[in-house]
Amino acid sequence: MGTVNLAFHVAKEDFSKAGEASSSIKKTLKKLGIDSKIIRKVAIVTYEAEMNIVIHSHGGKITVDIDTEKIKIQAIDQGPGIADTNKAMEIGFSTATQKVRELGFGAGMGLPNIKRNSDKFAISSEIDKYTKIESSIYLTK
Amino acid sequence: MKVKDLLKEESFTVIAGEKGLDKELEGVYIGDLLSWVMAHLQENEAWITIQSHVNVIAVAVLNDAACILLAEGAYLDEDAKKKADQEDLAVIMTSMSAFELAVKINELMKENG
Ligand SMILES: Nc1ncnc2c1ncn2[C@@H]1O[C@H](COP(=O)(O)OP(=O)(O)O)[C@@H](O)[C@H]1O
Ligand SMILES: [Mg+2]
Repeated sequence: MGTVNLAFHVAKEDFSKAGEASSSIKKTLKKLGIDSKIIRKVAIVTYEAEMNIVIHSHGGKITVDIDTEKIKIQAIDQGPGIADTNKAMEIGFSTATQKVRELGFGAGMGLPNIKRNSDKFAISSEIDKYTKIESSIYLTK
Repeated sequence: MKVKDLLKEESFTVIAGEKGLDKELEGVYIGDLLSWVMAHLQENEAWITIQSHVNVIAVAVLNDAACILLAEGAYLDEDAKKKADQEDLAVIMTSMSAFELAVKINELMKENG
């Protein structure tokens, strides 16, 4: 198998399309015959990253690169950035509005869920510029 | 048991995704906070919730849920219905509370194996 590269634009505040990138990524991984436990991890990572772009950012994209060893997921957006990424990683920390919380978002579990399901994880951000999440999930261990 | 075995309970109404009624049902998860559901809902579980917007369908499909059970008379919006039909994900509504629903499903699972 060579490498497979996927890329999806994610629009801000577009709840009607939210989850489509993750769903599409999952379908591709199924077709590639990837193990269902790995697919579950990727689904959690991509869903939470996608929802964070929709809810918290000005818009961005998700890329997925699959090779024989790992699945690498990157989510990058155009800001507003995160002032304190350590704080953002805390379980239960959320700046989601009441309106968004009523829809079931804003549990402050997204970034912790991403980290827990990643074999390698990094978050970086610059105010008014970007937030970037990098997650790798190994196919063999 | 299968999702369609739930329909032996007459107060349950299928409101979308009828093609998904043949799926296996092996357990139940209850929750309305989507990140919790994402982390804990397992394959072939029925998901009991009062959330009823389109993103709920994505969460159920990403987790390979057996079906969605909308408690307390919560009703799906049109976007969500369309999506459930596309994904063959059965959505069943009832006026029961989440607790009453879980008890009812437990009974049905005992009867139907
Ligand atoms: N892409 C992003 N851009 C800006 N802020 C973000 C982004 N992702 C996460 N955050 C910040 O980190 C917090 C925690 O994120 P998360 O753990 O996913 O919880 P939640 O999305 O439920 O609030 C968010 O409430 C928000 O303040
Ligand atoms: Mg989040």
